[in-house]
Amino acid sequence: MKELVVISGKGGTGKTSLVASFAALSREAVVADCDVDAADLHLVLSPTVLRRESFSGGAVARIKPGHCTACAKCQELCRFDAIFLDGPGNGRIAKTFRVDPIACEGCGVCVHFCAEGAVEFVSADSGKWFVSETRVGPMVHARLGVAQENSGKLVSLIREQARALAVEHGRGLILVDGSPGIGCPVIASITGADMALVVAEPTLSGLHDLTRVAELAGHFGIPAAVCVNKWDLNAELADRVESEAARDGLAVVGRVRYDRAVTDAQIRGLSVVEHSHDGLAEDVRKLWTETAALLARSKGKG
Amino acid sequence: MKVAIASGKGGTGKTTVATNLAHVAARAGTAVAYLDCDVEEPNGHIFLKPDIAETQPVSRPVPRVDAGKCTACGQCGEICQYSAIVCIGQQVLVNPEMCHACGGCALVCPVGAITEQPREIGTLRLGSAGGIRFVSGTLNVGETMSPPVIRQVKAAQPQAELVILDAPPGTSCPVVETIRGADFVLLVTEPTPFGLNDLQLAVEMVRALKRPFAVVINRADIGDGQTRRYCDLQRIGVLAEIPDDRQLAEAYSRGEMACEAKPELRGLFSELLRRITKAVS
Repeated sequence: MKELVVISGKGGTGKTSLVASFAALSREAVVADCDVDAADLHLVLSPTVLRRESFSGGAVARIKPGHCTACAKCQELCRFDAIFLDGPGNGRIAKTFRVDPIACEGCGVCVHFCAEGAVEFVSADSGKWFVSETRVGPMVHARLGVAQENSGKLVSLIREQARALAVEHGRGLILVDGSPGIGCPVIASITGADMALVVAEPTLSGLHDLTRVAELAGHFGIPAAVCVNKWDLNAELADRVESEAARDGLAVVGRVRYDRAVTDAQIRGLSVVEHSHDGLAEDVRKLWTETAALLARSKGKG
Repeated sequence: MKVAIASGKGGTGKTTVATNLAHVAARAGTAVAYLDCDVEEPNGHIFLKPDIAETQPVSRPVPRVDAGKCTACGQCGEICQYSAIVCIGQQVLVNPEMCHACGGCALVCPVGAITEQPREIGTLRLGSAGGIRFVSGTLNVGETMSPPVIRQVKAAQPQAELVILDAPPGTSCPVVETIRGADFVLLVTEPTPFGLNDLQLAVEMVRALKRPFAVVINRADIGDGQTRRYCDLQRIGVLAEIPDDRQLAEAYSRGEMACEAKPELRGLFSELLRRITKAVS
């Protein structure tokens, strides 16, 4: 089984559109949408949800107003500015302390050190995840709760589920749609993958961000390849992206032209390769052929 | 006035809007600061080309265990919610990259064997670009947690009438950290199905944080009318629509400011700034 994760560093370079096309071309993949902050793959793959589960990334503190004496110990110890003296009164004191559940990082320090035992730890409802069927195969995806943390844990969970699903359905490929950036969710999406495909754009920002995400892949020992999307926006920079990527030890696997057909396909709920057959779609098909060949040769978990 | 520029979806034009707002504000004589809070992939410097006057390391405290004092009682491992400190047999192991720097282990240790030591996780840069005060943070590659770096960028905030916070994409902790305390949030979107879906998530987040907000539609003439309809239905103000323009995209690719590549856009960004100011007051 091979696992390919598509990442970008910079946001909006075309990860999701490419993953949808790759899934349509491969026909043997399990798809995992690990961009849990801003998941969009379902808009193209129109999944039928077969299984729906809740996800809790941890606990958050909650102060029981009846027990609070407003001693302020919790506020003094909290490093996350999550505790405010604006909770309801309880007959003895006019105002009690209150935990802002969005700011709370669930460290439990206030729970442990409250002399009155007034702080309880409650499991946070951090989101939902789904196992679905789509026209191109099984899919695992999620919806992170509003302003929730722990997207890294949710990413790991989705990848685990995708692996289980691949075994169950006898599928040899997992396609992971990653998130932008280089932080916690990205690290959770690439560790242990067979290969990362970095989708770059031919801009100075894109080049800057590619360098950092390539370094990240190197840091975790993940073989990485790069493709330039919307390459004809700046041909000179497209060349530079490719040469700098090659210098950093990345394989250069293809170029995709700038075409508004990407948006048309999105509006119709289709991947680019299902929407048209020439030009843009031809670029994507070639890119997939190259990527799949490289992935097959990668020395992954096997 | 603190204005955060956020988006949900990446690549919709946050940095373009943030840097050009700073540019028109500075031209109008406003004391303005630009804070690049996208510490995973900061790009503001590419467009503003600041002179950096000062560079500081950003660190956060992580535990160090004095093996001579440690009795392996295990209380540190019990209080830690992140598996950043674990007690196995007679040994205490620290995983600094998992640590949230809550201080719980040092507080709970009965023999004072745990001290907190700074661990460098990024860099802060301070400088100026024309009349714009510039601050950016960069998370070290391989570090997982960007919120502490964002906190430092915000703490370094120079004196200014207008502070523009350029947020990272997404809707989770790094964005929440950026938006906390902002007087106004501007959500930049594009009128495509992906743009709209992520805008809806961003709207839910901003509403949960109880921040006043409005929308800017970038590349307004691509896609479909669904985004505009959604904003109208939800009574969300659309403060500006920026046309799709290949010339602008090419200027962006070279790291040029939209207002400099196309000076006629200064009117659009000045009007946007006026509308934000009016909405806040």
